[in-house]
Amino acid sequence: MNTSLTLVVVMAVLYAAGVYVLLERSLTRVIIGLLLIGNATNVLILIMSGRAGKAPIVEDGVDPATFSDPLPQALILTAIVINFGVTAFLLALLYRSWWLARLGDQGDTLVREHEEDRALAGEMFGSASAEGDAIVEAVGASDETSPAPEGPAQGGEA
Amino acid sequence: MTRVLPPLVVLLPLLGAALALAMGRFKRWQVVISTTTLVLMTVVAGALLVYVDRNGAAIVEVGAWRAPWGITLMVDRLSAIMLLVSCVVLLGVLVYAVGQGIADGNRETPLTIFHPTYLMLAAGIAVAFTTGDLFNLFVGFEILLAASYVLLTLGGTGSRIRAGVTYIVVSLVSSTFFLAAIAMVYGATGTVNMAQVAQRIGDLPPTTALMLHVMLLLGFAVKAALFPMSFWLPDSYPTAPAPVTAVFAGLLTKVGVYAIIRTETFLFPDDGPGGDLRVPLMWVALLTMVVGILGASVQADIKRLLSFTLVSHIGYMIFGIALSSQLGLNATVYYVIHHITVQTTLFLAVGLVERVGDSTSISKLSGLLKAAPVVAVLFFIPALNLGGIPPFSGFLGKTGLLVAGAKEGGWLVWVVIAGAVLTSLLTLYTLMRVWNMVFWRSRKEVEEGYESYLINTLVESPDVDEDTRTRSTTPRLMLAATTAMVAVTVGLTIFAGPIFKLGDRTAHEIADRDARITTVLPEEATDG
Repeated sequence: MNTSLTLVVVMAVLYAAGVYVLLERSLTRVIIGLLLIGNATNVLILIMSGRAGKAPIVEDGVDPATFSDPLPQALILTAIVINFGVTAFLLALLYRSWWLARLGDQGDTLVREHEEDRALAGEMFGSASAEGDAIVEAVGASDETSPAPEGPAQGGEA
Repeated sequence: MTRVLPPLVVLLPLLGAALALAMGRFKRWQVVISTTTLVLMTVVAGALLVYVDRNGAAIVEVGAWRAPWGITLMVDRLSAIMLLVSCVVLLGVLVYAVGQGIADGNRETPLTIFHPTYLMLAAGIAVAFTTGDLFNLFVGFEILLAASYVLLTLGGTGSRIRAGVTYIVVSLVSSTFFLAAIAMVYGATGTVNMAQVAQRIGDLPPTTALMLHVMLLLGFAVKAALFPMSFWLPDSYPTAPAPVTAVFAGLLTKVGVYAIIRTETFLFPDDGPGGDLRVPLMWVALLTMVVGILGASVQADIKRLLSFTLVSHIGYMIFGIALSSQLGLNATVYYVIHHITVQTTLFLAVGLVERVGDSTSISKLSGLLKAAPVVAVLFFIPALNLGGIPPFSGFLGKTGLLVAGAKEGGWLVWVVIAGAVLTSLLTLYTLMRVWNMVFWRSRKEVEEGYESYLINTLVESPDVDEDTRTRSTTPRLMLAATTAMVAVTVGLTIFAGPIFKLGDRTAHEIADRDARITTVLPEEATDG
């Protein structure tokens, strides 16, 4: 199997940098590390497809042997989508974690945070009227009867 | 039948999840949708098991693309058994969660996202068990893991976020390992179809095959929580809501075990060029068992304690896989069924204990036998079961494994057998200590300052989450769900004969690799 040396070097550097950053204590860096490792793996899949060739579109007069292997590209696409989703969730988690850390001694008194959220959202929508509250509720996708707090997933979706 | 059932088991929960999400504002409808979906899934899985047991493995080529090109769904007896047990457990836990949600005003399990996520978890598990394609297995893993990330951090309290970060980062790293392994398998064999990989692995040089084998196992070992990659589990599971912990404990690690069974028996058989990893697996099994149970024996928090026993008992299954004899695989199948149901039931019972006693620490709880005799019974039966007391299924499963080991012989096997017996004994010891302290000890003794060597040396849980400590009532629905699960675990004893026979047929089917390759790739096999 032939492959490009550049790709191999890129992969190695990405893996090395990713693992190095992943081992840091800060969650932000851990996320960056995971992103780097994820991309390194995508490059690895690309390397496994062998030498680059023509676009794999079947036409008359084109020898299939000159095509690039399309399957690894499909695999990479799937891997990228999965990585993207998980990274979005991790960022929501990071934000939540930062929020809880900022509260410090006050602890994670959820009700208070929810009120702050409401106040913030109220400002954003320019009114604290009942209508505004309804919008806030809709945005938070909350169907709670009591103003009980919601999880980070809601925060992420909102 | 063959063409409809395997995709249906994946489609149902996916559709159910979409519907449940759309019905976000109508809680009752969500409950109806997810319950119906899981009941249908259970029926389909049951039908699939009966069908597969009679007619042999069901192979579906998705989109009618023939095997090496399209994605193959492959359901044999092992997949069907795992599917059915998973569906039963998922259904039982869902009923329990609904009961808890109604009582708590949904503080701990916000139903709006709980139901869709839960069904996605079911879909991921179904994909992982039905697929015959390595990359599809990865996708299945990712679906169920993504759902588990959300479920684990439900409510977003401090302790859950902290536990969630460990869990998610570890899972992502293991997934990356798995993906890299798939890339290398593709590079080496030019395919990700399991049957074709199994066919072509014989042509690889031994060193390459061994490396692929180890890479795949490493990825699965983290998911199955094998020593030394099990550190994340007791740290992350206990903080989640009780039903979530229960379903994770029952199912997630077993998906890893299932993948290991497939790797060891189908992709890289012991006589192939992938190398014979039976000896390292024996050591891993021994260490997983012993280190896990030693961890459990110093925990004060029952949820943490159970998480450690969970890790520990994965060792038994790995022992069965490492034996790789007909009898060993048979016993492993039975043990997996037993462990999924019993571990889930125990976590559900502890959820009840938490509601009645407002704590999960055995140094604080007391007098529950008088306060809640029903809960006591519901805890006691699965506890004895897990400890391996006859006539329960834990005893039968362990005996099966030990007999299979004894037949195999060799000093290493005997060492592992000794470790297994010791682990069983220590499991009984830790669970009976829970029983003595939580249920038998009277309230008065605690008020007068209870002193005992048994609890002086215990380690308390690092996170005490006040948010989960304000319950007084125990809804009937939760009790009913737990009782039903206990009944299932007892049923495993009553129907042990038929299950062992089914396990025997499963083991035969697993051993016959060539037949599987031929069913997936008919014309390729004739070419040689």
